[in-house]
Amino acid sequence: MKVAAALLLLQQFHDPQAPVSGLAWLVFTIVKMLVAFTILMVGVAMLTLAERKVSAWIQDRYGPNRVGPSGLLQPAADGLKNIMKEETYPAGAYLPLFILAPVLAFIPALTTFSVIPVGAPLPTRWGYIPLVIADVPIGFLFILAFTSIGVYGIVLAGWASNNKYALLGGLRSSAQMISYEIAMGMSTVAVLLLAGNVSLSAIVKQQQMMGWNCLPLMIGLFIFLVAGFAETNRLPFDLPEAESELIAGYHTEYSAMKFSMFFIAEYSNMVTASALMVTLFFGGWDIPGTQWDNIPPWTVWKSLATMAFFFGKVVFFLFLFMWIRWTLPRFRYDQLMSLGWRFMLPLAIGYVTIMAAAILVLEKLGVPRGVQFLGMSPYWLALGGLNLVLAALVFVILDRGRILSPAYSRISARQLAALRAMSVASPIAPAEEG
Amino acid sequence: MAITVRTLPRPIEESSYVRAMLKGMALTFKHLVNPHKVTWQYPEEKWDLSPRWRGTHRMLTDETGKAKCVACGLCPQVCPANCIKLVPGEDEQGNRYPLVYEIDEFRCIFCGYCQEVCPEEAIHVGRHYENAEYSRAGFVYDLPRLMAQTHPVSELWDPADPKGE
Repeated sequence: MKVAAALLLLQQFHDPQAPVSGLAWLVFTIVKMLVAFTILMVGVAMLTLAERKVSAWIQDRYGPNRVGPSGLLQPAADGLKNIMKEETYPAGAYLPLFILAPVLAFIPALTTFSVIPVGAPLPTRWGYIPLVIADVPIGFLFILAFTSIGVYGIVLAGWASNNKYALLGGLRSSAQMISYEIAMGMSTVAVLLLAGNVSLSAIVKQQQMMGWNCLPLMIGLFIFLVAGFAETNRLPFDLPEAESELIAGYHTEYSAMKFSMFFIAEYSNMVTASALMVTLFFGGWDIPGTQWDNIPPWTVWKSLATMAFFFGKVVFFLFLFMWIRWTLPRFRYDQLMSLGWRFMLPLAIGYVTIMAAAILVLEKLGVPRGVQFLGMSPYWLALGGLNLVLAALVFVILDRGRILSPAYSRISARQLAALRAMSVASPIAPAEEG
Repeated sequence: MAITVRTLPRPIEESSYVRAMLKGMALTFKHLVNPHKVTWQYPEEKWDLSPRWRGTHRMLTDETGKAKCVACGLCPQVCPANCIKLVPGEDEQGNRYPLVYEIDEFRCIFCGYCQEVCPEEAIHVGRHYENAEYSRAGFVYDLPRLMAQTHPVSELWDPADPKGE
C-alpha cells in the first residue's frame, strides 16, 4: 500500500497539469511572496518617479532628469536620502503608537495584494502553480477587511504625533474612509452577484466566460473608481494631507524612513486599488477576444502573456490615478462628505437593487451566459444595455449640480433670494436707524 | 444682522461636475502628449546674451601683456556703488599704472559707467554671468584676475544706431 501511495505521489509530481501540493506548495508560496514583495517595492519606487514625470509632462516641464539616464536612478537617490536622514521624535508624542503607526499603514497595503490573481497558472514539473499568493475563498472580503485596517495607521499617526494638524488629518481620513467604504462595498455587490462567489479567481473566471464587467456593471465601476480614489487618499480626495490646510496632514511630524513608509503605503494602496479595479471590472488577467488563455493545458507562454496583460491594465489604472491627480483640484470637506453620503451611497444602494432585479430576471428567462452572439454573450449585452441607460440617466440628468454642489445650493431658493436681497440692500441698516 | 455673503448667480441646472472634469482631463492629456516645453536645460543649454550684456569685469591688456589702465582715477570716481579700489603708482619713465586695482563684484551694480568713462578702453564689463564663490572675499577681483578673464566684452551703446541694428 505504501509503495502504491508513493508511486501515486511521484506520478503527481510529474503531472504538470495538476495543482502543486505538499512541500513544493510551501516552497513555491514562499518564492511567490518574495517575488511579489520585490516587484511591489521596485514598482512603488518606479511609481514615485513616474508620478513626478507625469506631473512634469502635464505641466510642460521635464521632471527629474539628472540622476542616471533620464532620471531613472532618482528613486534610488530618494531612498538613500531617506535612509540616511535623522529620525525625529516630536516632544509629547506617544512613542509606542508613533512608531507603530507607519507599520500599521505599511503592512495592510502590502498584504492586500496577496489575494489578487495575476496570471494563468504556471506549469512546473511538480504541478501547476496558481499565480496568486493565497487564493483565499473569501478573497474580496479579505481585501475589504485589510484596507480598513490601513486607516488605523493614519489615525494613530495623527493622534500620536501630538500635533493639531496631524490630528485633523487623521480624523478627516477616518471619516472619509468610513464614508466611502460603504459605497465601495455596495458597488461591488453587483460583481459578486454576477460571479456568485467572493473569490477573486472565480470573479476572473466568470469574466473570461462572459466578457468583462466594465460594460455590464458600468455604474458599479464608476462608484468603485471614485471610492477607490477616496480610499487611497489620492487627489481629488487627499483631504487627510491637504497641504494648504494641514501642512502635510497625518505625516506632518514624521521624517526619514517612517515618512517613507507612509509614502510606500500610499503607492502600494494605489497598486492594489488598480489591481482590484482590473480584477473586478476588467477581466483580471484575461486577454480580450480569445479563449486561448483561459483553458488548460497551461503553458509558460500563457502565464507570461496573461501576466503581461494584467500588468498592462494595472499600469493603465496607475496612470489614470496620476492623470486625475494632476488635473482635478481638491474637494472642499463638506463636498467630500456630501458626495459620499448624499450621492454615492444612495446611488450604490439603488444600483444594487436594480442589478439584483435584472440578474434575477435574466436568470429566470434563462439567457445564456456563454459567448454566442457575434462573439459576445447575450447576458452581457443585456446587462450592458441596461447600464448604458442607467449611466445616461446618472450623468446627463442627475449631474446638474447634484453630484457636486456649490455650498449655497443647500439653501432653499426662497431663502437664497432673501439672502441676496439682503446683501444688495444696505448691510449696515441698523446703524442708519441710530 | 445676517452676514452678507456674495453668491454667484450660477444656476444649478447649468453646472456639471462630470463634463467639467472630462474637459479638464482632455486638456491635461493634450499637454501630456504634446508638451510645449520652455525650460532651458541650463548647464547644457544657455541663453544667447545680448551684445550689450553687462556682466563680470575684464581688464584689457596691451601688446606687452601689461594692463592698459593708466590709473587716471575716473572709474572709482564715477562708480555709483563705490566698488572700485584704485591706488595709482608711477614707474621710472613717469607712466602712471595701478598699484592696486580691485573690483568688488558683489557690490557692483553692473551699470557699466566704468567702461564708458575709461579713456584708455582698459576696464570693461563683459558678456559673462556665472560667478559663484564660497566666500564674500572671493568676489573681490584683483588686477591679475581681471586681466585673466577671457570672455567677450560688452559693446557700448552707439547713438548712431540706437536700436543696435
